Amino acid sequence: MNRNTSLGGLLRRPEAGACLGLVAVLVFFGIFGGLTFLQPAGMASWMNVAANLGVIAIPVGLLMIAGELDISVGAMVPFGAMTVAVISGHFGLSIWLGIAVTLAFGVMVGLLNGYLVIRTAVPSLIVTLGSLFAVQGVVLGLTVMITKSTSVALKVQGPAKAIFGDFVFSGQMQVMVLWWLLIAAAYVYFVHFSRFGNWIFAMGGDKVSARNAGIPTERMTILLFVFSSTSAAFVGMCQAILYNSAQVAGGQSFIFNAIISVVVGGVLLTGGFGSIIGIFFGTITFAIVNQGIYYTNFDRNWSSLIIGVLLLCAVLMNNTFRKMALSYAPKKGAK
Amino acid sequence: MGQETGRTILSLQGINKSFGPIDVLHDISLEVKAGEVLCLLGDNGAGKSTVIRLLSGVHQPTSGQMVMDGKPVLFRNPREAADHGIATVHQFGGTFPLMSIGRSFFVGREPTRWFGPLKLYDRKKANEIAVKAVQNFGITRIDDGDRLVGGLSGGERQALAIARAVHFGARVLILDEPTAALGVKQATHVLRIVNEAKKRGLAVIFITHQVMHAMAVGDHFAVLIRGAVAADFRKGERTREQITDLMAGGETMADLEAQIETYMDSHDGHPPQAVSA
Repeated sequence: MNRNTSLGGLLRRPEAGACLGLVAVLVFFGIFGGLTFLQPAGMASWMNVAANLGVIAIPVGLLMIAGELDISVGAMVPFGAMTVAVISGHFGLSIWLGIAVTLAFGVMVGLLNGYLVIRTAVPSLIVTLGSLFAVQGVVLGLTVMITKSTSVALKVQGPAKAIFGDFVFSGQMQVMVLWWLLIAAAYVYFVHFSRFGNWIFAMGGDKVSARNAGIPTERMTILLFVFSSTSAAFVGMCQAILYNSAQVAGGQSFIFNAIISVVVGGVLLTGGFGSIIGIFFGTITFAIVNQGIYYTNFDRNWSSLIIGVLLLCAVLMNNTFRKMALSYAPKKGAK
Repeated sequence: MGQETGRTILSLQGINKSFGPIDVLHDISLEVKAGEVLCLLGDNGAGKSTVIRLLSGVHQPTSGQMVMDGKPVLFRNPREAADHGIATVHQFGGTFPLMSIGRSFFVGREPTRWFGPLKLYDRKKANEIAVKAVQNFGITRIDDGDRLVGGLSGGERQALAIARAVHFGARVLILDEPTAALGVKQATHVLRIVNEAKKRGLAVIFITHQVMHAMAVGDHFAVLIRGAVAADFRKGERTREQITDLMAGGETMADLEAQIETYMDSHDGHPPQAVSA
């Protein structure tokens, strides 16, 4: 059982494309931008982007593996930021209450998304497109009604600031990076080492067979939607605590960025294939391209072009690797 | 294997099923015995799939009774049917193309082991058991549980699904058109596996519309026409032509040929034009 030792074995894994992509962008920016972006200050710049995106990209990727999609995360980020800012900033209530209510709202939106998806035959893209706009409307409407403004200040001190919205390691890296590593490790266990991960892959492979095999597909679907919307609310909340303010707009970039990270990370859009490590590397790759451009002499307007090309290359590469994995059969005595 | 050959395991008694105003099955009575293959034959739309769905707990009968081991049973969902030892294998094996053999073999019943405080999926054990179970059915080419199911041939996938059902204690094995999408050689493979399952004392319900395949393994045959059992006979009681005629809805092939001949006689020897779409 030495599936991980040979080069071929590595290439057949879902994260193969993401690893090669990461190496490619490292080389690219190493040549054109020097190695400054690998020094602490440079590293912090893309690690911060990767961490905030990564906390959302992993549950979004899990939903994709299970054959669903959640784009309402784009509204959940400002929603999370605004909820904690209104409760703990505008009304001056305890920050812990603000955090609890924010996460509870995240869970509620996730339950609603999941429930609508399993009860109606409507594709989750449409359901969450609906909740994306609905939540945006709620955030804007309620914020202006309560505070008469679209921007709310929030001042947090003490342990809550240190845990959720501060800088660590000589003041450049956000504490979110630690959260990301912790959460990613927990997901790796959940998806690749516990039995529940197997259920998610089975659901993405064939939902009817999965249900017939006794997997509680509906409960798992709802759970995954709760993960994604709560994670997005969490990221918004932490940003509000970090920057001492919350805006009603912003957050939409998370939708496409999360999907790009997930796809670059080797997850199959139609479900049933992918890995957390792949999503992790996909997110770093995206963040390096996003930030690395500042370390080169290129006009930063070109960064979207690089991301677009990267995405297409990644998809083609991942297709090739998946075919290799499918057609793989061990040959007797061959090396 | 525990089960006494020839004993009735599961029977349907006067089953009716309607979906709203549409009657799909009328007064179906069938029985399956341990170590026997019941072939369920019938044209498309004859109600074969509905019978399978009743047996596997997807639907419930409108009236009539299902009896298992002499006791009336009602399966409210697929899980309950599975708990009673009824396993259904669909045309494409009902497996997951992008999952490994070990993982898809144990979907929903993953073996786990403890690693400190964490409960882990036991990949090694799963792969070993899965490969061994498939090899016991004569598919010796499968020797690596990490291979993806999508890389297997159609026959190997069927073997995997049947081995899985047997491993998890199935007593009644429902095979839904297992040979329909396969080539001749692959189909022979599957038929051999059906025989193997029969030898182990399983009651097999084999759904097909290929009479040749049915005759190769069947002990007992039931032909469904428009939701009713049109014929119920044992091995050797009917010829292949008779069965084919029955499946075509009672209209014999001989009649059909006669009709075409008459038509040709009256149309200067031209056969009837096929009506295109």
